Amino acid sequence: MQVLIPSSLRSYTQVSRVEADGATVREVLADLDRQFPGIRFRMVDELDRIRPHMRVFVNGQATHDLARPLQEGDQVFIVQALSGG
Amino acid sequence: MARSSVPSANRKPAPAPAAKRAPRSPPPQRLAVLVATRKGAWLLHGDARRKTWQIDGPHFLGHIVSHLVLDPRDRRTLLAAVRTGHLGPTVFRSTNLGRTWKEAAQPPAFAKPSPGLSPRAVDHTFWLAPGHAGERGSWYAGTSPQGLFRSEDGGESWVPLPSVNDDPQFREWMGTVQDGTPDGPKLHSIIVDPRDPAHLYFAMSGGGVHESTDGGRHWSPLVEGLEVVEGFEPATITFHDPHVVRMCPSNPDRLYQQNHCGIYRIDRPGERWVRIGARMPRRTGDVGFPMVVHPRDDEVAWVFPMDGATVWPRTSPQGRPAAYVTRNGGKSWQRLDAGLPENQAWWTVKRQAMTPDAQDPVGLYLGTTSGELWTSRDEGARWACIARHLPEIYAVEVAALD
Repeated sequence: MQVLIPSSLRSYTQVSRVEADGATVREVLADLDRQFPGIRFRMVDELDRIRPHMRVFVNGQATHDLARPLQEGDQVFIVQALSGG
Repeated sequence: MARSSVPSANRKPAPAPAAKRAPRSPPPQRLAVLVATRKGAWLLHGDARRKTWQIDGPHFLGHIVSHLVLDPRDRRTLLAAVRTGHLGPTVFRSTNLGRTWKEAAQPPAFAKPSPGLSPRAVDHTFWLAPGHAGERGSWYAGTSPQGLFRSEDGGESWVPLPSVNDDPQFREWMGTVQDGTPDGPKLHSIIVDPRDPAHLYFAMSGGGVHESTDGGRHWSPLVEGLEVVEGFEPATITFHDPHVVRMCPSNPDRLYQQNHCGIYRIDRPGERWVRIGARMPRRTGDVGFPMVVHPRDDEVAWVFPMDGATVWPRTSPQGRPAAYVTRNGGKSWQRLDAGLPENQAWWTVKRQAMTPDAQDPVGLYLGTTSGELWTSRDEGARWACIARHLPEIYAVEVAALD
């Protein structure tokens, strides 16, 4: 499925949209890390928590659950909620 | 009593007693000043006379760089502790002085928590320390919240030390995030005895100073003689807030410390720190963050005091920045402010942002919270600004290049 990568992580992917496989958000992030080593830890901490300000949307709906099931054709958007002054 | 608080614009640093100095002075070397800031990193390349500096950067623009350190064993490998406001913490490596960077395969991250211990995640790697000269490729890292990590492959992968990170007693001493400094409690001042790679020290803000003689398997607190905030119990390790600890290269049995509650010295195997900041001018006080030691003379150390009164403004006292030097192990201090702003300068210097080189006379380098880089080529007798308008400076290191 297609995954939208935020600008802050494009140093890993070089492009804004990449293909990744997985039956859950967790598996998609693991596949991203296989393709782009290091990218997952920038988004998810060692306690498997999505880091503050990182947001994952599946077909336009926000999810904070790494176990969220995915189906072929789903669109995953990873977005950085920029904040602060 | 303090000897003087008079600016020493025309005073040359007094030579230390000959017996205290190593017989040889190093030949002039090409140096690079490594500047880590809240918004990226810069390298300033100097000539052998330390007169002209070429600035290279930014590296990691927009990233929070806590520490940038060159491996003194190969003089090629740079490690940078990096995060952004929104992305997780990591370590980058360069083996060509920053022309290209590669991310560590396994940056510092806590192990899954032991039963009964609260789980923790690394917020940022704060301190990087090369390992022993005989253990090439070894490094230590200190994190926030407090954790100690070791790498044996040049910073490519990092392993947590359970004797600190997962020890219930240490976890109690570390306290919670609310007990730490405003941007998170730190493990810092990781020191490797040049005579023995198994002899280690580190310090925590808060959580005291600790020593190991078996390579980090077991640790003992080293806090006797250190004061804590009034009303608290010095026997409680968590109340101790060492800001930075430095070992004298010329005498590894002597350590100096800038603490939340004053300036101290200890001579091992002694177990008791002695407050040497009591001889600082009363109006300036002996609170601050950085402390640096002379590379060849264990009687000489510098501090950069900060206003730690009332609400802790964390500015230069009275808006008049100055370093202070002791040339007799802390018996007396002299103010060194020639060339620095005379007034209305409200910056200060963080604990990692002041460092010496190993030249003769010793050069000093300090980075300010207002983004200025100041140097002295004569042990602090005269200061000059060599870069300004940088972001807030977090750390300054000097690297001798081939």
